[in-house]
Amino acid sequence: MATKYNFKQEMNKPERLAPGHRMCAGCGGTIAVRAVLRALHEGDKAVIGNATGCLEVSSFMYPYTAYEDSYIHNAFENAGATLSGVETAYNVLKKKGKLDETYKFITFGGDGGTYDIGFQSLSGAMERGHDLVYVCYDNGAYMNTGIQRSSATPRYADTTTTPVGSQSNGKLQGRKDLAAIIAAHNVPYVAQTTFLGNFKDIHTKSETAIYTPGPAFLNVLAPCPRGWRYETDDIMNICKLAVETCYWPLFEVIDGKWILNYEPKNKLPIEDFLKVQGRFKHLFKPGNEHLIVQFQEEVDRRWEDLQYNCSRN
Amino acid sequence: MSIRERLSGNEAVALAIKQINPDVMPAFPITPSTEIPQYVANYIANGKMDTEFIPVESEHSSMSATVGASAAGARALTATSSCGMALMWEELYVAASNRLPLALALVNRALSGPININCDHSDSMGARDTGWIQIYAENNQEAYDNMLQAFRISEHKDVMLPIMICQDGFITSHAVENIELLEDDVVKTFVGEYEPENYLLNPQQPIAVGPYAVSNYYMETKMGQRTAMCNAKQVILDVAKEFETISGRKYGFFEEYQLADADYAILIIGSAAGTCKDAIDALRAEGKKVGLLKLRVFRPFPAEEIAAALSHCKSIAIMDRCDSFSSTGGPLGAEVSQALYNAHASALTVNYIYGLGGRDIRVEDFEDIYSRLQTIAETGQITDQFDYIGLRK
Amino acid sequence: MSATDISKITEKSKWQDITPGNQIYGAGTSRAFKTGEWRTQTPVWIPEKCKQCLLCVPVCPDSSIPVENCERQDFDYDHCKGCGICAKVCPFDSITMKEGQ
Repeated sequence: MATKYNFKQEMNKPERLAPGHRMCAGCGGTIAVRAVLRALHEGDKAVIGNATGCLEVSSFMYPYTAYEDSYIHNAFENAGATLSGVETAYNVLKKKGKLDETYKFITFGGDGGTYDIGFQSLSGAMERGHDLVYVCYDNGAYMNTGIQRSSATPRYADTTTTPVGSQSNGKLQGRKDLAAIIAAHNVPYVAQTTFLGNFKDIHTKSETAIYTPGPAFLNVLAPCPRGWRYETDDIMNICKLAVETCYWPLFEVIDGKWILNYEPKNKLPIEDFLKVQGRFKHLFKPGNEHLIVQFQEEVDRRWEDLQYNCSRN
Repeated sequence: MSIRERLSGNEAVALAIKQINPDVMPAFPITPSTEIPQYVANYIANGKMDTEFIPVESEHSSMSATVGASAAGARALTATSSCGMALMWEELYVAASNRLPLALALVNRALSGPININCDHSDSMGARDTGWIQIYAENNQEAYDNMLQAFRISEHKDVMLPIMICQDGFITSHAVENIELLEDDVVKTFVGEYEPENYLLNPQQPIAVGPYAVSNYYMETKMGQRTAMCNAKQVILDVAKEFETISGRKYGFFEEYQLADADYAILIIGSAAGTCKDAIDALRAEGKKVGLLKLRVFRPFPAEEIAAALSHCKSIAIMDRCDSFSSTGGPLGAEVSQALYNAHASALTVNYIYGLGGRDIRVEDFEDIYSRLQTIAETGQITDQFDYIGLRK
Repeated sequence: MSATDISKITEKSKWQDITPGNQIYGAGTSRAFKTGEWRTQTPVWIPEKCKQCLLCVPVCPDSSIPVENCERQDFDYDHCKGCGICAKVCPFDSITMKEGQ
């Protein structure tokens, strides 16, 4: 589905996300948006959807839109349903001969708007088979309202609603596995990715998602320097560690078949990912070693599950 | 040539939708509006219309998808009732503030709790401040006629607001009555092609919809909405006049029944007006000067026109089919009283609440209300300013 | 309808000048907002050291490394927020961070 990746040619394309948006310095969210939109073929038009969140309030602050394509934000919990309506309108206008151009439909939501409040709307859009791509830029908390836990927040993360205190080690629950849940909708394409090297992985998956007929879901790990508490320039290192520790494996589910895209030769211990982020600082206090052991066990179990899914092809 | 038929209110509205042949209809089932999307789905399944139906997973999503479709450049609508509308509350505001000319066929039903499937107006009355145009029907004929006029009003460039076409759950939606229908091509010409100016799928120019706007813009935006709602008054009258030329049926902000010389008036919305008219006929035969103002257009609220029509009355009962729980009556009571006060009207008013959760209101109830109005006018005394009618005490 | 002239929409605009539904006709109007003022540190590009590998381009959250004919140009200082991601990923030390604007 995807064309051969020519990095320099891709970087040479016109930007589809204009500068001047108000996202924080070093934000992973807009890196994700740029990467996904870059996969649109030149000449193809698009309608970009957006759930309420950091991205929305920063990228379309009246009268400043950062999008070079048509854009619609509706509310927090309904990006899936809203784009369902847009995509259906497109089909009707096409059917009635009122529109010649090709449009693609891509909507962005943070993990709060996707895993939690927008989950039903997303599920409905996937189940009904609309030809659209839902992209979750997953930074693992409600960052827009000030770092509250979501169902994407990893275990033991220090957030403002799971604060670390004398009686608390942060969030008690593990992450919801949303990519697997969407895969269970039997949609044509699901993939998990993040920012690595020359962006081939995220680009190829975005292109496949956009140009696969029917619903597609991309889960993009998009670190948040403010919420994760690291220096803004460290994002690429953090993404790499997420992948090398198997905290954030790279995989695709194509028509129900699971494909592992990358297997680290030397799987790094989860400490390497945790210790570079302030939200896990408490795990490194003496006496908390067992928490890291537990975290590692969970990563290992999920990694083995994924390998098992990918072995069944 | 009009066509004589016998249809329920839901069938009539569904038929109007078929004749309008909109682009997109997302909907979710809820009693008593479920039949509307069912009929539409059937028309589509049998090639009778081009509309794309989206069987969404909730009413929040039905209004969200309607908003998306409308912003994209499609003529779009949905249907719902009661809790379904409550679930789309947030989206009602979004549709109006984004200035999207979409429609909602509302079949009025009581809100939970307790859960109750029968008629009252608590759903749409609760949405009175969402920025939607609201038009109500007494019977299936009016529901049909109002639906046909809906997009002409909402899509008018001076308006560009969503419109709610309301009928009473079961009483109107499910009761089969005689109806006069217009021919398909007459409707098609009247409604016209939808040609939006700015929309997401305009290849000539992208647009951006739904920004975050700081305080410096918010009030100015609301003033734009308010002005559009004011503009809707003239547009509603103009569209009604044009509709009369194709149908012979006359519509305005309200219907006056024996009101011109009435001393005692009732103001009411919806199907109960028919029952009230029977009471009036009986009382007029006895020589009593009783009349009715049946409100059709609640948003925009025709305050001056209502006050003018009631200015000569001695006493007025304003009838609400929902309680606002303000402890001082229902929403219609508050707004009509304000209209009369601002017009320096001298009539004494009471605000009665009736018909909650489908409670019947009978001809005798209206006769009793007129008798109370007469006593109030004669004594100048009001004993029950905010009463429940038909309540077991 | 012609594109919205956002220079005419300011925090002092009268209500009549606010677009209906706050819709903006056109695209990319955010360019008019200069986020470069936010910088507390500034990337400096050293063209002599640059091999035009372009690895700095996709990591920029602010689309502030323009590319022409497959070669990066100097930073868009009107919008660069100075996060430093580009400097850190550069394999050739051709971007350094300096304090201040």
